[in-house]
Amino acid sequence: MDFDFAEQAPKLMMLLWGLVAFAVVVGGLLVLLDAVPAFFARRREARFVAASASGAPLPGRPRSREGLFATFFLLPTVLLLMIGLVVPALRTTLLSFMDGGSQNFVGLDNYRWMFADDSIVRVLVNTLVWVTLVPLVATSIGLLYAVLVDKARLEAVAKSLIFMPMAISFVGASIIWKFVYAFRSEEQEQIGLLNQIVVSLGGAPRQWLLDSPLNTLLLIVIMVWIQAGFAMVVLSAAIKAIPADIVEAARLDGVSPWQMFWQITLPSIRPALIVVVVTISIATLKVFDIVRTSTNGNYDTSVIANEMYNQAFRYGQNGQGSALAVFLFVLVIPIVIFQIRNLRQQRREG
Amino acid sequence: MTTTTPPVAAGAQETSGRPTRAARVRKRLNTHTATLVAIVIAVVWTIPTFGLLVSSFRPENQIKTTGWWTFFRDPEFTLQNYQEVLFGQSASSGQLASYFINSLVITLPAVLFPLAFAALAAYALAWINFRGRDWVYIGIFALQIVPLQMALVPLLSFFSRGVSLGGITLMPAWNLDGAQNFAQVWFAHTCFALPFAVYLLHNFISQLPKDLMEAARVDGATHPKIFRTIVLPLVAPALAAFGIFQFLWVWNDLLVGLIFAGGSDVTAPLTVRLAELAGTRGNEWQRLTAGAFVSIVVPLIVFLSLQRYFVRGLLAGSVKG
Repeated sequence: MDFDFAEQAPKLMMLLWGLVAFAVVVGGLLVLLDAVPAFFARRREARFVAASASGAPLPGRPRSREGLFATFFLLPTVLLLMIGLVVPALRTTLLSFMDGGSQNFVGLDNYRWMFADDSIVRVLVNTLVWVTLVPLVATSIGLLYAVLVDKARLEAVAKSLIFMPMAISFVGASIIWKFVYAFRSEEQEQIGLLNQIVVSLGGAPRQWLLDSPLNTLLLIVIMVWIQAGFAMVVLSAAIKAIPADIVEAARLDGVSPWQMFWQITLPSIRPALIVVVVTISIATLKVFDIVRTSTNGNYDTSVIANEMYNQAFRYGQNGQGSALAVFLFVLVIPIVIFQIRNLRQQRREG
Repeated sequence: MTTTTPPVAAGAQETSGRPTRAARVRKRLNTHTATLVAIVIAVVWTIPTFGLLVSSFRPENQIKTTGWWTFFRDPEFTLQNYQEVLFGQSASSGQLASYFINSLVITLPAVLFPLAFAALAAYALAWINFRGRDWVYIGIFALQIVPLQMALVPLLSFFSRGVSLGGITLMPAWNLDGAQNFAQVWFAHTCFALPFAVYLLHNFISQLPKDLMEAARVDGATHPKIFRTIVLPLVAPALAAFGIFQFLWVWNDLLVGLIFAGGSDVTAPLTVRLAELAGTRGNEWQRLTAGAFVSIVVPLIVFLSLQRYFVRGLLAGSVKG
């Protein structure tokens, strides 16, 4: 194995610096917060002693320093959020009204381009398909599986199997599924599982990732594969939290499992269900890695986040890229409003 | 029957079920069909990963000519793919060992910084009384919904060109080169992680018993002291939960790595390299299978060994509102 460790030294050095910086910043902040109040306390004591010695009126109670503490506890977070998120987000909004080089204002041109250019309209439609199908299918499968394995033997193992893809990167997952979709011409032996199944059923092998619109659906399968585990875990916990007496009462009423599911389980876990759908929808809107790794957005599979990356970082079209980012943000807002409304409604009922 | 359903939704979350009775009821659902469906789902969910794992140990010519399922008829085992993809010297091989180290260097500080900063902030928002507290919390909470795409372009120009307003330089460019570029990846990951981190940790820290905090205050403990000696030990599981989240997020991230770490083997993480291999060498399955597994194995170990904390964090972060 020729692996040059010396080449890696600067990186490890940098890691060391990072960790030192961490210790200095966090440790320093805590020490500072310890030292400053102690300093004030000592000064107050000194004044107190001086006042009682000279017979002057004693100083009053110390002012509350809560505000000072709060400032220092919050300082790193607020500062970083300002520099890293708030100001850039505002600037992106501004850039979306400027041209590619961010020199001149162009008004709404970038947004007009978005809805006029056929390839971008295609991107928007694809995103819509993703955000409709992924939450629906992933949540359904997660719910079905959670109900099926609830209280079953080996429940923990069964759940881990579905849950595991959550630990795998989107890039890794895309490679896993690209291998399932792999294509060899008809004369050759197939190496992809999907084509092998098709061939053994008597069909002809296909280049799955090249055919639109089927390829978008096959990429959606990857996202569903990753997200179903999340849905399953949250919904399973909600199912376990249904009070036993309700289930018992229903059973005494003689409901069938089917009725039990629709009339007891489903209404009981509604809040968790909404959270799952909302979380998956937002994650799906931002999906980037899967499309980029599997098809790089070719063959009509691109989505907003991928197109945003291409425009801003490959074609140098900051204006159009920013407009797509803003549009992505706008799409998130109704989902969040829906969530807040539901939370409020639950509080009123509860 | 139907008349009893509406009140079910309210308060259903609080009480935990008595397992024995419920088990009897639910057993009805576990008929043979149900078991079969569950097994089918489990198989569909596991087979793709399993196929990749098996393939990564097969010789190149076999991967490229026969399906991985033939391995069981004619097993031929090799570590050559891993050797090649990790340590191979040619440009077309993976050289993943180097990227693996990059991923490690990126991940450690990118987990520690937001963890510490968010814990401090969450404590202040939960237990220090100051004016405007609710507004600061709502502000940070709301930032969770801003997609990080909104920040990418300006943040990159901030690193490379600095910030100037009307000709006055407010902040100079960072001018990093080589391994120093890690700093901007850490910075970006930390910023993007903070809203969720504060939200999650606030959920835990604000639920500590009020009496405990007041007793400590009466004893004359200052906020930093309470934070260090009382709060941190008590919320250790929550810190672990967020730590795992952030670890998986950073290790598995492609977008931030792609933009802020560049593409070279000096700073780019594994995911960036793998995505590149998948794009340019899409048919070199001997490299892709082994490479994908190299990137998967670390999060998988972390995940499986700490699953308990992860699930707890997931439930606290998503279900409690």
